[in-house]
Amino acid sequence: MSTLTKQTLSHLDWLESEAIHIMREVAGQCSNPVLLFSGGKDSICMLRLAEKAFRPGKFPFPLMHIDTGHNYKEVVAFRDKRAAELGERLIVRSVEDSMKRGTVVLKNENESRNKHQSVTLLEAIEEFGFDACIGGARRDEEKARAKERIMSFRDEFGQWDPKNQRPELWNLYNARSHKGENIRAFPISNWTEMDVWQYIEREKLELPSIYFAHTRPVVMRSGAIVPVNVPLMNGELTNLPKAGEEIIDLQVRFRTVGDISCTAPVESDADNVEKIVLETATTTITERGATRLDDQTSEASMEQRKKEGYF
Amino acid sequence: MSAQHVEDRGLLRFLTCGSVDDGKSTLIGRLLFDTKAILADTLTAIERTSSKRGMTAVDLSLLTDGLQAEREQGITIDVAYRYFSTGTRKYIIADAPGHEQYTRNMVTAASTANLAIILIDARKGVLTQTRRHSYLTKLVGIPHVVVAVNKMDLVDYDQATYDRIVAEYKAFADQIGLTDVRFIPLSALNGDMIVDRGERLGWYDGPTMIDILEAAPAAHTEQAESFRFPVQYVCRPQASDNPELHDYRGFMGRVESGEIKVGDSVTVLPNGLTTKVKDIQLYGESLPKAIHEQSVTLLLEDEIDISRGDMIVSSEEVPAQTKQAEAIVCWLSETPLSPARTYWLRHTTREVKAKVASITHRLDINTLEKEATTTLAMNDIARLTLKLAQPIFADNYTDSRATGAFILIDESTNNTVGAGMITSLNA
Repeated sequence: MSTLTKQTLSHLDWLESEAIHIMREVAGQCSNPVLLFSGGKDSICMLRLAEKAFRPGKFPFPLMHIDTGHNYKEVVAFRDKRAAELGERLIVRSVEDSMKRGTVVLKNENESRNKHQSVTLLEAIEEFGFDACIGGARRDEEKARAKERIMSFRDEFGQWDPKNQRPELWNLYNARSHKGENIRAFPISNWTEMDVWQYIEREKLELPSIYFAHTRPVVMRSGAIVPVNVPLMNGELTNLPKAGEEIIDLQVRFRTVGDISCTAPVESDADNVEKIVLETATTTITERGATRLDDQTSEASMEQRKKEGYF
Repeated sequence: MSAQHVEDRGLLRFLTCGSVDDGKSTLIGRLLFDTKAILADTLTAIERTSSKRGMTAVDLSLLTDGLQAEREQGITIDVAYRYFSTGTRKYIIADAPGHEQYTRNMVTAASTANLAIILIDARKGVLTQTRRHSYLTKLVGIPHVVVAVNKMDLVDYDQATYDRIVAEYKAFADQIGLTDVRFIPLSALNGDMIVDRGERLGWYDGPTMIDILEAAPAAHTEQAESFRFPVQYVCRPQASDNPELHDYRGFMGRVESGEIKVGDSVTVLPNGLTTKVKDIQLYGESLPKAIHEQSVTLLLEDEIDISRGDMIVSSEEVPAQTKQAEAIVCWLSETPLSPARTYWLRHTTREVKAKVASITHRLDINTLEKEATTTLAMNDIARLTLKLAQPIFADNYTDSRATGAFILIDESTNNTVGAGMITSLNA
């Protein structure tokens, strides 16, 4: 092996360049794509990548958020602020509307709405006729995602069939679909949690405050830190403690942010991005292991949800 | 240890290939484990599974099992991607299964890799599958090969056994024209020569596996390549509030080969017009140049009509424009190739209709013998000639991976059914 070295991109530049390429392929191949934006850290990176891919033009797609109605208000406020700053169109569709329509039925009032996002997402895809949804999922997040394609094909029921995916070679992506079917495109498939934080640091991206260490009331429930008395946008409190649980004030931050009912924070004093990068480098717990209460139900739970149309 | 403060040696994509039981999953598990890419909760989960399956030690191969179906069957059925970082370099592993019927998975995994680790079981030596993997590695143009003679613990770390396998493989590598081949003895199970040297392979004084990976060139080729820029998207923000942008025409794409500087002469295909690069932009910033694999926006001196599917190239090295090409094709679909049908051929950002004019021969990748055929089944590899409805702007695959590769798409199902590498443009 020669030790000659031709100039190559740094790892972050390479990942950025690949993601830009994928976004431009979606824009070039699909007639009506949408970019899913939740206000979470991965989708915040996605917006910067979209800016790098398409500025000085406007994005060739709107942004969309599937709101469970149980999102952290800091994140919802950030979502709206960021979309407005960018001057891009933001569509919000809510699980609560699906509940009103009767297409989402909760087993009980306290059931997590997270998995029901799939129904609302499919309804929105149909409403707008989207042929591609661009999302910020990564292969390192979870086992079932390690084999996920960058352009993942979903049938007209939004189902992901792991045995019926298109081979993906070189950087030749096949985003063709028939009416009713759609493509889920994942430009940051090859990024890890560390890459995301390094990118946030390099690009100086602003994040919702709950990603940084802050003090909040929590209870310890089967080994996980569960935030309690969390205020919603309408001022109501959710995640009330159960009888007999002891509320403590703990310094925590969120590593992933989703529906309040299923995202738990980690104990941390990292109050800026640099400290978070350092903490990510030395952590011993995976991103979802510590913090996603929904993924732990069974080893194959993500795969099950993906088959049902989940991102 | 923020990465900005240490040297960034970029990103290396590599492929691991081996037969069913030669310890590929264990090697990957070991790389992830020893570079601390495996975190405690994942380890706890595999410890649980290992003991459920009646094993006493932790089975690192469980780290790479992905989907429920294959966990139940205990085999790997598709390409999985894994990630780790050493702090100086980020790695993407494409893990392709070794079964006979999965040539297509290996070709898929190989298409994005710059280095291949070929595993050999020290007890078994060079097998038919080793030859097949090596041949596919050569075919898909992976520039660097590391032959890992694994399970040295099961042959008492015997140097003579290792030397014999190395000699046998070298003879074979010469025969198929693999040039950059390195050898290393390993015990993935015990972790010898992966990240740590261990104490049992004292007679081997070469680098460890991780040292080899750290030193491997990240670029696909060290040769100077011709500039190729397939246009993905055209940015014309006329309706913008900013009057300065009314005449803005940015051609967006990725430098697929070579590099480009402001002021360079370029030719636009298919119209053949020549102009100069006025500016290279990325997110409002002007760059003096753009290198291989960099996504940028090009602005040109002259107003030329350019759209997606066109290609901007170096005026000094213009690729061939052709409506006929000879290629090696790997068939990926369960539905056989039909010479009567028309397929979509996607080459760079261009999509044209294609038909098979003739199949020269099918290649038996175990014996390298050529056989006559009129169709191709899944996992077949063949040399064939394609007729195209519109021209493509292409190079031979051995000269330029990005502009020598294409995929074939079934018109009715939209499935990706074939992967092709152009061997000759004057067919």
